Amino acid sequence: MPRATRIEIESKISDTRADVRRKKFETIVPAEKIKEVRIRDVYTIDKEFSGEELQKISAMLVNPVTEKPVIGSELPKSPEKGIELHAIEVGYLPGVTDNVSHTVKEGIADLFGTEFAPDEGVYTSQVTLIEGNLSPEELKTIKDSMANPLIQRISTFDYKELESGKGFPTIVPKVKLNKEPSADLVDILNATDEELAVIGKKGIANADGTRRGPLALDITYMKTIQGYFKNEKRNPTDVELESIAQTWSEHCKHTIFADKIDDIGEGLYKAFIKSATNTIRKRKGKKDFCVSVFTDNAGGIVFDKDYIVTHKVETHNSPSALDPFGGSITGIVGVNRDAIGFGLGAKPIFNIYGFCFADPNDTSPLYKGENFTQKMLSSRKIMDGVIEGVNVGGNCSGIPTPQGFVFFNEGYKGKPLVFVGTGGLIPVESCGRDSCQKKAEPGDYIVMVGGRVGKDGIHGATFSSEAMDSGSPATAVQIGDPITQKKLSDAIVKEARDMGLYTSITDNGAGGLSCSVAEMARECGGCYVNLNAVPLKYPGLEPWEIWISESQERMTLSVPKDKWAEFSELMENRGVEATVIGEFTDSGRCIVDYKNKIVMDVDMEFLHDGLPQRPIKTKRVHTVHEAPEIPLQQDWTETLHEMLKRPNIASFEFISQQYDHEVQGGSVLKPLQGAGRVNGDATVIRPLLTSKKGVVLSQGINPTYSSIDTYHMAACAIDTAIRNAVAAGADMEHLALLDNFCWCSSDEPERLFQLKEAARACHDFSIAYGTPFISGKDSMFNDFKGYNEKGEKVKISVPPTLLISSIGVIEDAAKSVSLDAKCEGDIVYILGTNMDELGGSEYFAMEGEKQRGKPYIGNNVPKVYTHENKKTYNALSKAIDAELVASVQSVDRGGVSVALVKTAMGGMLGMDISLAEANGVYSRDDYSLFSQSPGRLVVTVAPQYKDQFEDIMHGTSIAEVGTVRGDNRFIIRGIDDKEIVSTTVDSLLKSYKSTFEGY
Amino acid sequence: MKPKVLVLTGYGINCDYESAHAFRLAGAKADIVHINDLINKKTCLDEYKILCFPGGFSYGDDTGSGKALANKIKNHLLDALEDFVSDDKLAIGVCNGFQVMVNLGLLPGEPTTALVHNNTARYNCRWVDLEFASDSPWTKDIGTISLPIAHGEGRFYAEPAVLKELNENNQVAARYISGEVCSYQHLPANPNGALEDIASITDSTGRLIGMMPHPERAVDMKPHVKYYWLKDHYKRIGKKMPTEGPGLKLFRNAVAYFNK
Repeated sequence: MPRATRIEIESKISDTRADVRRKKFETIVPAEKIKEVRIRDVYTIDKEFSGEELQKISAMLVNPVTEKPVIGSELPKSPEKGIELHAIEVGYLPGVTDNVSHTVKEGIADLFGTEFAPDEGVYTSQVTLIEGNLSPEELKTIKDSMANPLIQRISTFDYKELESGKGFPTIVPKVKLNKEPSADLVDILNATDEELAVIGKKGIANADGTRRGPLALDITYMKTIQGYFKNEKRNPTDVELESIAQTWSEHCKHTIFADKIDDIGEGLYKAFIKSATNTIRKRKGKKDFCVSVFTDNAGGIVFDKDYIVTHKVETHNSPSALDPFGGSITGIVGVNRDAIGFGLGAKPIFNIYGFCFADPNDTSPLYKGENFTQKMLSSRKIMDGVIEGVNVGGNCSGIPTPQGFVFFNEGYKGKPLVFVGTGGLIPVESCGRDSCQKKAEPGDYIVMVGGRVGKDGIHGATFSSEAMDSGSPATAVQIGDPITQKKLSDAIVKEARDMGLYTSITDNGAGGLSCSVAEMARECGGCYVNLNAVPLKYPGLEPWEIWISESQERMTLSVPKDKWAEFSELMENRGVEATVIGEFTDSGRCIVDYKNKIVMDVDMEFLHDGLPQRPIKTKRVHTVHEAPEIPLQQDWTETLHEMLKRPNIASFEFISQQYDHEVQGGSVLKPLQGAGRVNGDATVIRPLLTSKKGVVLSQGINPTYSSIDTYHMAACAIDTAIRNAVAAGADMEHLALLDNFCWCSSDEPERLFQLKEAARACHDFSIAYGTPFISGKDSMFNDFKGYNEKGEKVKISVPPTLLISSIGVIEDAAKSVSLDAKCEGDIVYILGTNMDELGGSEYFAMEGEKQRGKPYIGNNVPKVYTHENKKTYNALSKAIDAELVASVQSVDRGGVSVALVKTAMGGMLGMDISLAEANGVYSRDDYSLFSQSPGRLVVTVAPQYKDQFEDIMHGTSIAEVGTVRGDNRFIIRGIDDKEIVSTTVDSLLKSYKSTFEGY
Repeated sequence: MKPKVLVLTGYGINCDYESAHAFRLAGAKADIVHINDLINKKTCLDEYKILCFPGGFSYGDDTGSGKALANKIKNHLLDALEDFVSDDKLAIGVCNGFQVMVNLGLLPGEPTTALVHNNTARYNCRWVDLEFASDSPWTKDIGTISLPIAHGEGRFYAEPAVLKELNENNQVAARYISGEVCSYQHLPANPNGALEDIASITDSTGRLIGMMPHPERAVDMKPHVKYYWLKDHYKRIGKKMPTEGPGLKLFRNAVAYFNK
């Protein structure tokens, strides 16, 4: 007699979720075939309860006004004669994070005052009931659209099957691990170089000859490790080897940025990024606003005399390709912990995002395996899942997500790029301590708080799902749990920090405990860890797995012994699990104990600094790209409309609107601006409601320039991020930058040359603008190797991508400026100079797609002239501060025409523009409309401020180009002062919003 | 005397900070109190005049928004809460707090209404226009204002008989209308498919109110969706723009109730 019981809940009233699901089905199978769609939420309770208790549980789960529960399983109502019923049940695979089940378990425990034993549990699933005569192929299409086989189990039933079983079968996806866990020795002392290479590449061998998955240690590293253990006169344990692999990974040590490259001995990071920040800080002297750069989990700058604001941007690319929702929610919730882990703990105050996808309409499949096996998710599915992940992660956590972008390029088809960032606010002083300083002391307890440890994220290995009801847990993918983290975050940054209950804190991210504990142990000089004490999600984990697991929502803290009682009580009261898992020491060793056996004993210095340098050589690349021949036209109106429909320019309002940008009450400049709700390039928030100060956020990214020249690509990204921030009201004197390099094939000398060039630009342009880098991150191998729709071998690499994010503090958030034109008769200016730079432009890409089915790139890449730009930006900041400016929109993708259109659409007001008046090179009308030369902004000013504005802008490149109209007409005159664009704002807005309508 | 406000926090309540700020701005003394500190009696509810269930994602909206937190309250705090609401005191639930109050049956008085998935089946963050009735102490003299919303489950639902009763007893506190914001940004009035455009209801006394819109996010003019337009136009006509946002009045009303 099975003890597990199903509780099925169906809506009594019209169910929106079912309606939406039906609409989705109707887009993939003939609409008329679907008669009805209903949804049942299913909770499988795997614990003994009486009938009466189950009644109480079901009452707890149901809304009596709108829902009806069934204890056990109920046969769905029989469909009309001649119509079939298909039931599809989707649940999680064993071991996959199931957030709803956690809540239900907690609720049941609270209701009866009982706990769940380790082998008891709750599992959620959902049944979709479809009435309609679907063919087996149609049913499969629907089924495939509903679940991700990497993390979910899916079963289908027809009415007959259900009838014979009197409803649905009960499935308990419990994790079962049988082997008695222990640490194994790995023989490397006697291994040949070939054997070492195999261990490094494929992983440690299991008893059955299979391998545990890549250590990503190359032969140089393996030989160094062999040398170390030769001196120790013993072989390493698997715990030690896995631990060193984590600590030395590219992800943790950023060796490509650290190692000697060509003749740059100190490596790219020190030579180009860190040195630039040092130079800028020195030059700024007393005006230096940096507080903490590069060393902590995030970068920190001065907010005011009492507060510091922090920022960090991460990527979560590979996981998002496999499980887009899980990948992106883990990304956003993970980067939140970089704020919580800054100094003694900063309160998260904003999220930012940036998504690079392939065209969602591209339906040709990719396969990871030969012969059409291991089909990758479609571009659309990746896009939908990634967007949804940040939605749930950001919204649930109560952190506003105002700032972001989407960018589309075919290079992202194999792997999307998912940028996620979080800012934090932390008082300068906490409990009498400098809140930026943290130091674990010898004798402090090592305390793990938050979630429990499972096999999540170990090696990102794949796993089989042969057994539907029990089996191996899914290890490849983590799914973030915002509520566990929210409880943890609140308990730390709102209470424990200012009670002085701990001395240091860091995030458990990549490498799990092995990295966080070892990293903190550097502060005091050693650690002694007891792995047996680590709370597990399910029994049976190997010690090395406990040590490196990347299970989410965990932080590691050092708690002085005399504070433990108070700390522990506070955490318990806040529903947060906190466990002492060892002690910090000054032994100089990282020692790990499992069941009273030492399974790791490695010198701290070797662990952190023992990795050898691997000098990098680069090779200059020089490419010439075809440029399009575009016939001249009299009228470019239609072309402008087409440009507005480009996914890289079109409105992504559907994303902005589903991300809460108002929570915490400090929203000022929003993601959608003006009457037309136009997506802006910068946002402003007030993180401290009692202060009038604001934080400005913006981004810059131009990957299409990379195939021409990464130096100028990087320069443009920096200029764009700065200019977008200045446009909103930021002051370059208090503006900092963050870099995120997402590269490809970083073992190829040509790609490394491109990397070096981009890093060099970061140095040159951050110094020229006086805007320091405070934090950065890199992801170096964004390549997909697999097979295309014809079964041919393909490698798809992302274009070398650099995201620059900016963060600035402004004195008075009230003075910030939006992008929308405000009033009829206002004067329109273009600041900056056009150089007819169309290389890598959206216009050339569009022409290429029209003419030959793939983008043209061209060669004239936009260049940044910092001397001229700085004058413009500084003068504009003055004009904004004097409140002389009605609107500002910077010129980015699509060129000045798109910037003008955005200003007009924002205000829902027409314009009369003459480009003949603008500064710079204007060789052809279309080029003048769509050239992407940076350094430019579109500004509108009320006539009464004209003189004052022009006085302030004197000596900069400024041109009065037209006026704002009171009606809907939008007119641009070209080089010969003839109308080249004549349309209405309404129709422009329609084009701008058409692309993602219905998303 | 400043009335004391208990702003509840914990388990995924997100809007405690800005809710406390709003009450303080309106002249109250606001304490943010963790629900477990009420359960273990470190703090006593009866010391407070006003109770605020802020917005957020209590328990991640798992099993339905507001349900799990309402269950926790039912399991541990029902008596204290019943004492509180039977007294001449005020309570407000915003967004997820509204969902909690509805699940508790505090609104409209017993569990007869629900807030279900938006008719778009998607989370929606925007501004709306509202017409407030004046029958509750919270809503006195507010009339028509604009506030932000941000929710995935805000569609008000009740059976026709319940609706009729709510209307007859003047328990509908606010409805979505097409006003300043909707005409400025060309948006539909009803953001979620709520029956009869209902955005807010009260209990039969009017002392307990729940609403999907977030007044605490609009106590200053800077978050106003039309802020930049208004700022610009006030400047052109040489007038000073009001700095106080449309949401503050609700909090002032609550404070005034105890200072009458």
